[in-house]
Amino acid sequence: MAQDSSPQVGYRDDPRDFAGKIAIFQYLTVLVFVFLVSGFWQLQVQDPERYSEAAERNRIKSTPLLAPRGKILDRDNRVIVDNRTSYSLLLNRDLINAGHLPAIATALQLDYDDLKAHIRHNNRPQIIIKDQLTRDEIAWIESHQDESAYPEMQLIKSWRRQYPQNGFAAHVTGYVGEISESELDSPQFSDYRQGDIIGKDGLEKQYDKTLRGVDGQQRVQVDNLGHEHHTETTQDAVPGQDLRTTLDLDLQSVAELAMQDKHGAVVALDPRNGEVLAMMSSPTFDPNKFTGRISRTDWNQLMNDPFKPLLNRATQAEFAPGSTFKPIVALAGLETGVIDEDTEFHCAGGASFYGNYYACWRHPPQYPAGHGNISLHRAIRESCDVFFYNVANKLGIDRLAEYADIAGFGHKTGIDLPNERESTMPSTKWKLHLTREKWYVGETISVGIGQGAVTVSPLELAAAIGGIADRGKWFRPHLVAGVAPVLTRTGHFNPENIERVVSGMYAVVNEEHGTGRVCAIPGVKVCGKTGTAQLASNKYLKGTSAGRNMKDNAWFVGYAPEEAPEIIVVALFENGEHGDHAAWIVRDVLKAYFDKKERKAKGQELQTEMQDHLNATNLLAAHMVEAKSQH
Amino acid sequence: MGYRTFKELDWPLIIVTLILSVLGILQVYSATTDTKWEGAWEKQILWVLSGLVMMWATAVIGYQALMTQVLYLYGGVIGLLFATTMIGNKVFGSTRWIRISGFTLQPSEFVKIVLILAIARYLVEFVKPSTTLTWGDLAKLGIIVGFPMALVMKQPDLGTSLTYIPILVSGVLMAGLRWKQMLIIGAVLAVTLPIGYHFLKPYQKDRLVSFKYPDRDPKGTGFQVIQSRIAVGNGGMWGRGAKDSSQTHLGFLPVPHTDFIFSSFAEEHGFVGIVIALVLYFLLIMQVVQNAQTANDRAGLYVCMGVAALLLFHVLVNVGMVVGKMPITGIPLPLMSSGGSNTWSVFLMLGLVNGVRLRRFVN
Repeated sequence: MAQDSSPQVGYRDDPRDFAGKIAIFQYLTVLVFVFLVSGFWQLQVQDPERYSEAAERNRIKSTPLLAPRGKILDRDNRVIVDNRTSYSLLLNRDLINAGHLPAIATALQLDYDDLKAHIRHNNRPQIIIKDQLTRDEIAWIESHQDESAYPEMQLIKSWRRQYPQNGFAAHVTGYVGEISESELDSPQFSDYRQGDIIGKDGLEKQYDKTLRGVDGQQRVQVDNLGHEHHTETTQDAVPGQDLRTTLDLDLQSVAELAMQDKHGAVVALDPRNGEVLAMMSSPTFDPNKFTGRISRTDWNQLMNDPFKPLLNRATQAEFAPGSTFKPIVALAGLETGVIDEDTEFHCAGGASFYGNYYACWRHPPQYPAGHGNISLHRAIRESCDVFFYNVANKLGIDRLAEYADIAGFGHKTGIDLPNERESTMPSTKWKLHLTREKWYVGETISVGIGQGAVTVSPLELAAAIGGIADRGKWFRPHLVAGVAPVLTRTGHFNPENIERVVSGMYAVVNEEHGTGRVCAIPGVKVCGKTGTAQLASNKYLKGTSAGRNMKDNAWFVGYAPEEAPEIIVVALFENGEHGDHAAWIVRDVLKAYFDKKERKAKGQELQTEMQDHLNATNLLAAHMVEAKSQH
Repeated sequence: MGYRTFKELDWPLIIVTLILSVLGILQVYSATTDTKWEGAWEKQILWVLSGLVMMWATAVIGYQALMTQVLYLYGGVIGLLFATTMIGNKVFGSTRWIRISGFTLQPSEFVKIVLILAIARYLVEFVKPSTTLTWGDLAKLGIIVGFPMALVMKQPDLGTSLTYIPILVSGVLMAGLRWKQMLIIGAVLAVTLPIGYHFLKPYQKDRLVSFKYPDRDPKGTGFQVIQSRIAVGNGGMWGRGAKDSSQTHLGFLPVPHTDFIFSSFAEEHGFVGIVIALVLYFLLIMQVVQNAQTANDRAGLYVCMGVAALLLFHVLVNVGMVVGKMPITGIPLPLMSSGGSNTWSVFLMLGLVNGVRLRRFVN
């Protein structure tokens, strides 16, 4: 080695403290390694779950398998509300890149601010941002969902609720929508999560727990580029249970058709058990617009509509029953002995009570003589107001209220629909409770003809009169099939008294001078009662120019057959002027019911005949075989 | 030269080196199975084997002989760096590699060896015993290191260029500075570093910021930091093993066989595994330091301390990056990360150290 040319200089004689500096370096090295080990300690020992969960989220792409809601069926298992497959777009929260959102919003025609708010308010790892995607939108998503473009997007199969067209039975079925913040806050929705679709009204709401299924999940292992490797687990979706209702689509269709272009409601019940055969309210709305998230304009339009299409008039509109209340007044009069079959009052087109004059609908100058001397049968048939003013006056409000209470006035029916309104039956106690004022006897008079404070919904009226028709048995109306009927009240009446009232109602439809003769159906003993009710604020309105509202509401309640009623129908025709305008509607529904019954009976006959024929043929064939084998 | 026998080599150092190399090869194998880098482990075996030969050769030739030739070596690597800028391969937007008959070489890795030798020679030749460095010495040393550094930065390869600094710092501190000088240098750095930050490329700034706030942009620059931390945490105490290390095998970990090999090691072998590996690195560095202590001359001391400082810097920055405590600079982990130039440069450095050991009893 060329020592002279190499710069070798010993250092052990060098006074610089190399050893000290090296020691410092050694301490520094120890520090560095402690620092590094502490980093691993934090990640691997202190908080390993956090990172193993994160690794799991990386590794597993979970696809929700959405459960379809149960169908809503009619009594014969015909489908009213169905599901249709559609596609929804889901964003994976972990992968969301805020910079992508404007482009996604534009491509899917979503409002960017809405989308941002939606993502911010939703705390689920996967957020459905749009459902019912169009073909074009699906194509766009499929071409952009790869790693290089918008990896947060995931297309999933979903279900779209499909309701009948034109708002058919919309108030009964109700509609579904995304669960709201306020609903999430309430304890009854504790097992629901953000983004869930729930029933918002009608049967959808009432039976949400039955109808909704349990969503499943598919877990697939993916790599960083989103390529799927293999399916780890699949938890199948459990579809919701179908809901069979007591509705009869045939009757419902007739009721819907009959009410076309009219405002009001129709309810058909089976008075023997409370089954609702048909229920409709008009004007109606299209529940299909609510599935998923309803657009703001559609919502505003519905909310600002003066005719309140979302209101189920069959259960939520309270109107004076008018003359349809008279059978109850009559029954109360007979049962208390205030009147009997032959008690007569004189109708001169009106009468004075406590210094006030109360007109009969048959009043001068059109009818100068009124009804003349009149007793119960004629009074119901011809709907004499004066007769019932007198009965009510003799009864007094509290005795009348006692009987009205048995018929269900002042109660909800308890039907299985949300937000039913309660009917009103005034009494001294009721008034004291409400206004702290005592009842004036004069107020009783107009209650006798179903005016004044007494109000009822079409359903409540159907249930009330249906109980009388069923000879004193009131069943709770219900929409779901296959449940035992619930007897809510029984009236222990003199059967003769009930027959007297029923015969009056039979006369309304079938005798001369009856106010509901249009409802007569050949071969069917139809009973009924008209009602023409002034609007609660009629007196005020008649002084104003609100033209349409000045007309009275038309009621008709009809049932058949007379002795053993199977169906009772109530029609409310708002601003229909007179009860017989509503009677047409009731007649259509009743006729449809009995026509169908006849058709069914005939069909069964035919089937029996065919079966006999078939049996005979088989027998013959058997004989022939036998004969052959004997040869 | 009878003392230059095999027996005289630093066997503890070589054994630790071999264990780490084997761990590296196994980890490269595990991390690249079924990936586009499949087969990288076979190459790595070649790099290690050839590296061992280079280490032996360097030890035999000796640091003193190499130091006499340092001007040519320095000129050679500068030439290579220039060549790289002109004919190099552009990968990931950076021109770091040069193709020589089928191999790709990264000249910036070999600059380290030359700088270790150059600084040692300067300190031995121009700084007399019992004196401290003058401002003139500092300026000259700065130029020796700064010139290749600037070239490498231009590639751009900030990480590798930064690895030259610990070599300089180690040499300067070993040779000695006055307190006043240290204070002035500290003050100047405090002023110039923030200004220097402005001249960084946007992606480099992003990396500096994202290691502190990886969640700001989890799909962008923070992605690597987050995924590496997830991989490490996923390993837990005992590790996931080679089969269930999903971060490594499903591609979430970026380059699991090179810069992030320690993440994948941590995912598969857990806290226990990384403690063992870190203890090995600690022993490696301590063994190099021990050679500095027993070196026969100042040159040997400077060489060993330069190597020790460089290794410590590599481990600190790479492993710190893996646990999210250091910015992403893209420098490999010595001995474990797959790659020819880097593996060779580490073995060359260890060759220098072994050379110091072989000559400890001379004079």
